[in-house]
Amino acid sequence: MSTRTILGDLMEEAKNIVGPRQDQVRDSVVKSIFQAAENIAGEVVSCSSPGRANWDRKIDNIITSPVWGFPSMFGLLAVVFWVTLSGANVPSAILAEGLFWIEDRLTDLFAALHAPAWLHGFLVLGVYRSLAWVVSVMLPPMAIFFPLFTLLEDSGYLPRVAFNLDRFFKKAGAHGKQALTMSMGFGCNAAGVVACRIIESPRERLIATLTNNFVPCNGRFPTLIALATIFVGGSVAVFPGSAMATLAVAGLVVFGIAVTLLVSWVLSRTLLRGEPSSFTLEMPPYRKPQVGRVIVRSVLDRTMFVLARAAVVAAPAGGFIWLLANARIGGTSALAIIAGWLDPLAGCMGLDGFILLAFILGLPANEIVLPILIMGYVCGGAMTELNSLADLRQLLVDRHGWTWLTALCTMLFSLCHWPCGTTLLTIYKEQRNWRWTVAAALIPTAVGVVVCMVVNNLVRTLDWV
Amino acid sequence: MAGKTTLNNLPSGSFALVTEVLAEGLIRRRLLDLGLVPGTRVEVVRRSPAGDPTAFNIRGAIIALRKEVAGQVLVSPLGDEAAG
Amino acid sequence: MGLTYQSTGKLATREIFNVPASIRQPVVALAGNPNTGKSTVFNALTGLRQHTGNWPGKTVLQAKGSYIHDGRKYTLVDLPGTYSLLANSVEEEVARDFICFARPDATVTVVDATCLERNLNLVLQVMEITDKVIVCVNLIDEARRKNIRIDSDKLSERLGVPVVTTAARSGEGLSRLLDVISDVVFGRVQPKPRLVRYTPEVEEAIARLEPGIRALVGGEINARWVALRLLDGDIKLGHSLEIFCNRREPVRAAREVLV
Repeated sequence: MSTRTILGDLMEEAKNIVGPRQDQVRDSVVKSIFQAAENIAGEVVSCSSPGRANWDRKIDNIITSPVWGFPSMFGLLAVVFWVTLSGANVPSAILAEGLFWIEDRLTDLFAALHAPAWLHGFLVLGVYRSLAWVVSVMLPPMAIFFPLFTLLEDSGYLPRVAFNLDRFFKKAGAHGKQALTMSMGFGCNAAGVVACRIIESPRERLIATLTNNFVPCNGRFPTLIALATIFVGGSVAVFPGSAMATLAVAGLVVFGIAVTLLVSWVLSRTLLRGEPSSFTLEMPPYRKPQVGRVIVRSVLDRTMFVLARAAVVAAPAGGFIWLLANARIGGTSALAIIAGWLDPLAGCMGLDGFILLAFILGLPANEIVLPILIMGYVCGGAMTELNSLADLRQLLVDRHGWTWLTALCTMLFSLCHWPCGTTLLTIYKEQRNWRWTVAAALIPTAVGVVVCMVVNNLVRTLDWV
Repeated sequence: MAGKTTLNNLPSGSFALVTEVLAEGLIRRRLLDLGLVPGTRVEVVRRSPAGDPTAFNIRGAIIALRKEVAGQVLVSPLGDEAAG
Repeated sequence: MGLTYQSTGKLATREIFNVPASIRQPVVALAGNPNTGKSTVFNALTGLRQHTGNWPGKTVLQAKGSYIHDGRKYTLVDLPGTYSLLANSVEEEVARDFICFARPDATVTVVDATCLERNLNLVLQVMEITDKVIVCVNLIDEARRKNIRIDSDKLSERLGVPVVTTAARSGEGLSRLLDVISDVVFGRVQPKPRLVRYTPEVEEAIARLEPGIRALVGGEINARWVALRLLDGDIKLGHSLEIFCNRREPVRAAREVLV
């Protein structure tokens, strides 16, 4: 007799024994186990005094309080951004100075070796310069943001965020744990997509996956931070300036959360219809994070991982852009020609062709969007070295006619466009479905195009610029 | 002792004994696994600032349940003297 | 859709954790509730740096590592954190199938000392599947701070399996844990789990099914536990068992050729 038939008989027999009382058997079994656990625990555990003051509850009284719950969440978010923003400026400038000093020495070296100009251009001005940009723009904010975020993660704060926000997710037909996967998305959207596995219901997991990109990941923060600093903070004195920039970034994040909820709501009523599944969330006790270890690990593991990935992508992309920028077709660079094609669409969205092209070429990694844009702008002309945000401001505003509207649209499109290549690949690996992977790229892009067009045309119609 | 009610109807800070789990299927299994078997004492710890879900202390762990789920657990409230 | 494990219908044998079936070194599984510091224990033992966040469900990728104790190499598998093994979720299914079908040489169940009662639920379920269980009462430092005392000798006596108290973050008790693991792996200590006794009706039903199951699965899988699962209408386990039984024959034949 085959295994299958024996097993089938056994299962049949089990069914006959149990009869219609399936639930009762399960209840009885689980109850017996819990009772045994209760008895054993009663014998071996003793609590000599009521214990120390219950700190967890006291902390929760603030963090999840009806009055302070939401302000404290927003406040904490703002503090994290402010520390990242204001802390990153100085090391960023120092790094840039150091790395561009090396670039000069490299140029000297190439000159001494009588290397052809195209080789110098490709390797130094293309590959090396974009690498230097990625490192100096990304490393400091990451080295600050990741440890801060890891501290929050290790302390047990994130489940409280899910607890506070669950009702909104429920209204949107999504799962409360989506707040957790979104939080992971701040670090890296690919990590956020993987974290979606904690959502058991396939429908809600898919919603969380498709909308994870609406939280800006670490690759996009530098873009947001740089533009916010130049266009929001730059016009005011130093301290309130950085505070204003912080508020702008925090505001964008809140906008991203709102879009997440809205898109989740639409998805759960159209493509992914269904009842919200049951939601149980454990709120673990707070634990004092091991600060030293967190800093070391998050800098070494997360920061270096993301940076290495960015560098691997940025180096060849830098070379490629240099080629595009320097390949002349009828006196114009190929980059400028392509940007020209994109201009009409980009113009409607409040951008220009170079900005849109930078986003397109930045598909492998969002980190390189800003460096590509800069390369696009400076190509052909005299190579400007950009050692500070002031130089960047000059480049954007004085030479390429950016207004605050351009910056706003660029930030909005950075928040709402296709996920980076790694994230898309991760989505495919998790879902094993091309259609959903394409949807994950199309949905945020469509949202971004519409939002930018609406904002651009509204502001222009109202004559605010 | 007051009459029977469901877990979602209890005020924060109150205690109750589970009498029956009405849910079926997967939700029922989940709730049982969390330790919500008849006879279990549950404390209502707090409500989310948004009003829902509610956090309960179930056998030493703080578990948040949405009101639709908590509404499927029958309980009999305990007076304060039984709480300690 | 969902985890590849689910969609391919593969059995959670050693292969899905990338542990070759032919491996000679002892395989040790780490089970436990979410948030018991299981991943911290894993990192402390293997020296790996898997990040340990404080939110439920973070061990979504099963981790595998190894360590050397007394000159011998052990493979350690970090199972997903679960409250129970009744297969209500993919994580539970993976953890359960690994303990049942990959038959690790020892299963360390990590429990939170500050919340023992809730965690014992899982320990009792693990003990139903395998005898080779070690209970690791972790976060003992936090329990001390909260004035919770645990009589580990008594716990060991009541459960019938070895109990080690640890504070994995500071490394307390870990060398003893390693000693106990090797004792169990090499049979110097033979745990005799004291299993939960169910109501007479359930026990009677188990007794009726057990002989038939034992004839089918042999001594490699706990027939009492399988009986209990079938009574619970666990169809998934039925499928896993079928794959297991069908695969066992060729494997055994191959082994005989090799030896």
